[in-house]
Amino acid sequence: MDIQPYLLLSAITFTIGVVGVLARRNAIIVFMSIELMLNSVNLSLVAFSAFLGDVTGQMLVFFVMTVAAAEAAVGLAIIIALFRNKQTVNLDDINILKW
Amino acid sequence: MMVTRRNPVIAALYLILNFFALGGLYLTLNAQFIAFIHILVYAGAIMVLFLFVIMLLNLGDVKLLGDKISSRKIIAAGLSFGLLMELIYIFGYARTNLPASRFERSAEIGTVEYIGKELFTTFLFPFEVTSILLLAAIVGAVILAKRKLD
Amino acid sequence: MFSYTPLIVLFPLLGFIFLGLIGWRLKSEKLIGIIGSGTVGLSFLVAAMLFFQMLGLQPEDRKHAVELFTWISTFTGTPSSLTVPVAYQIDQLSILMTLIVTGVGFLIHVYSIGYMHGDPGFWRFFAYLNLFIFAMLNLVLADNFLLMFLGWEGVGLCSYLLIGFWYDRKFDTGGYKPGTATTSDAAKKAFIVNRIGDFGFLLAMFLIFIHFGSLNFDAVFGRAAVLTPGSSTMVWITLLLFLGATGKSAQIPLFIWLPDAMAGPTPVSALIHAATMVTAGVYMVARCSVLYALAPAAMQVVAIIGALTAILAATIGLVQNDIKKVLAYSTVSQLGYMFLGMGVAAFSAGIFHLLTHAFFKALLFLGSGAVIHAMHSEQDIQKMGGLKHHLPTTYKTFVVGAIAIAGIFPFSGFFSKDEILWKAFSSDYGSVFLWIFGVLGAGLTAFYMFRLVSLTFEGEPRYGHEIHPHEAPPTMTIPLIILAFLSVVGGFVGIPESLLGGNAIEHWLEPVFAPAYVKLRLASHGVEITEYVLMVLSLGIALAGIYAARLVYLRRIELAEGWKAKYARIYNLLFNKYYVDEAYDKAFVSSTVKVSEGLLWKGVDVSLIDGAVNGSAKLIALAAQGIRRAQTGIAQQYATVFVGGILVVLIWLMFK
Repeated sequence: MDIQPYLLLSAITFTIGVVGVLARRNAIIVFMSIELMLNSVNLSLVAFSAFLGDVTGQMLVFFVMTVAAAEAAVGLAIIIALFRNKQTVNLDDINILKW
Repeated sequence: MMVTRRNPVIAALYLILNFFALGGLYLTLNAQFIAFIHILVYAGAIMVLFLFVIMLLNLGDVKLLGDKISSRKIIAAGLSFGLLMELIYIFGYARTNLPASRFERSAEIGTVEYIGKELFTTFLFPFEVTSILLLAAIVGAVILAKRKLD
Repeated sequence: MFSYTPLIVLFPLLGFIFLGLIGWRLKSEKLIGIIGSGTVGLSFLVAAMLFFQMLGLQPEDRKHAVELFTWISTFTGTPSSLTVPVAYQIDQLSILMTLIVTGVGFLIHVYSIGYMHGDPGFWRFFAYLNLFIFAMLNLVLADNFLLMFLGWEGVGLCSYLLIGFWYDRKFDTGGYKPGTATTSDAAKKAFIVNRIGDFGFLLAMFLIFIHFGSLNFDAVFGRAAVLTPGSSTMVWITLLLFLGATGKSAQIPLFIWLPDAMAGPTPVSALIHAATMVTAGVYMVARCSVLYALAPAAMQVVAIIGALTAILAATIGLVQNDIKKVLAYSTVSQLGYMFLGMGVAAFSAGIFHLLTHAFFKALLFLGSGAVIHAMHSEQDIQKMGGLKHHLPTTYKTFVVGAIAIAGIFPFSGFFSKDEILWKAFSSDYGSVFLWIFGVLGAGLTAFYMFRLVSLTFEGEPRYGHEIHPHEAPPTMTIPLIILAFLSVVGGFVGIPESLLGGNAIEHWLEPVFAPAYVKLRLASHGVEITEYVLMVLSLGIALAGIYAARLVYLRRIELAEGWKAKYARIYNLLFNKYYVDEAYDKAFVSSTVKVSEGLLWKGVDVSLIDGAVNGSAKLIALAAQGIRRAQTGIAQQYATVFVGGILVVLIWLMFK
């Protein structure tokens, strides 16, 4: 049993997630890409935990999942509020932080 | 797959598929608890939430990724490619420095029983803090999404 | 006992600090006046105590030095070490000067309480006066050149502050900025001209340090005592010192500031420009008598310039119409006499004249102040007349002062002026020509003084009916009376042997000037017939001057008018002070001002320096404007840059 494939997969999914975050204009899609990135990290954590025989990795994954859930909830609430104000979820148009 | 879809609903569905696959992978690693939790939480709760929001906002078809080859896409692609190369390099490094494999233990540590025991002893404090975090998140989400502050 | 010396200097300093910091809050003029005068009075008492102590000591024992603390101490141990302590030296000369400064100063402070009554800057005036006394005392009590220079500069500063006391008042300077000149212009002129002299003083100090290795009087004079006359370095040193003296004591060529200094309040003119500051130059020459003894050529220069200044100023004063300007030129002239005395090696005679001049000139200025006060700030004597009925005390004391300055026996001026004239004639370093100049000057002095008296106090009133002159309050008249008394008896400390006196002052000062006398190898003269002849001659000329003045200005004023018309060109020359100011302006002042304003101000200051500062600010603003555009507000762009950064870090980690 080799850890390599798992790590490779983790890297690939992470990169795909990055592409999604940087290249999409729709805020919801960006969010989902972020979830993807989180999951890729979870994968690599579990892989290491299995191959090192240490449960710490899985505990960490547990907490990461929890936090990710919380973060998804709050993030979506923000998007809803944003949508109510600006009628769009196009990230290019959300530039209130502009100078 | 997911990142390139035009329709956000389709993209969400693809993500769910992704999660199922991931869950399966977890099972191959003898991490049963994690696998089940993963399906439950992510595919069951979070993606449902996503779908609710997508439906709520009633978005139409979003412009496709490949419609315009804008400079942003190129830069994003380039950066990501570089990132990939680096990550592969790093993980390749791990190959030569990996400590002795103890895969045998993984079966034992992945069970619900074992994780539960660890959760309530060694990791008690993070556990409690997480509950508070969830509370905060709930309150925040509710307030943010209210129609009017009253 | 001598350890009390620093107190003399300390009291006025405390007065200045106190009045300077708190004075503006004090509502009572009386309190301010008491504090201001009290400090000087206390200094006078301490000085008097020291003086009486010294009288009881042997001449050799009379000199003491008190050191307070070390001011500068560098390069110790090497040949170029310089150690300058703040130390005060009491000897016969300095105690005399101190008594003059504090005594006359005290009287003038008291006078100022009355004169400056009602002025909004009352407290400021006394603060500055105290500061001035402090600086002047530093000057006369210092035991080294540098501390003396501190006092020297200090009195220059106070002169500036006090001349420009009413800083916005318009003032007629004759040529410069006609119509818009203010008293602060006069103050600036005084300070700047002084600075030119100070430059000479500084150079002399440098030379002294190089030549003698120290700035301490005792050290320098001790080493000088074993040198022989004739070295050119000594000539340079003494001439440069004298340049400083011409600046401070208003001799040719730097006398131009003194008449304009009359822009200040009259007590200032009395104190600073009659009794004390302008005498600093004379004191300095006296203190450095040994050095001058080593450079007879320089002494000649001193004597000649003194004599020339005496005559020049007297001629200008002859035709001035502002009461204070007449007195100002008179001061310049009398200072010329003092330097004449110094130049012919009659050092104690010069100091003696300094003493008597302090009395009667202060008296005359204070008297003129009373007149101005009574005439509601009118200063033109052509608009006065007949005041003796309204200002009896002022009139009487003023006449006493005028007689004293004219040099009539037995008033003080006679003894001191005569001593100088005699020495000018008879000394190995004097000459007949110097004496002639001196005597002519004396005659002119008598004439213009009594012209002043006649036009101001006697005759018919020439002022309008709206002015009701009244006598001054006691705070002003009592000092006048005291000074008048001193002007009468002050000469008795210097009655020469020819008149059966002991010439106390000369013997008192002798130890100070002894080294110089030895160097000069003066032949001591006994009493000669010539002295009596000269005495009678000078007395006669003075009396003639008085008579002529009274004749012309009281009874036959049309004579004066006639002369004015007939010799109009000479009159204009004199009235416009030989156009010296205008000449200086053309030669030096205008071009310097042009360069300062045009080049240095507009060119360097505005363009370069301001440009650099403003430019760098503008540069940063521009840069900031550019960098600002990076803040687009689009989160994804930020994320993109973020990922790029991660890439860089990873690469770096990879290759570590």
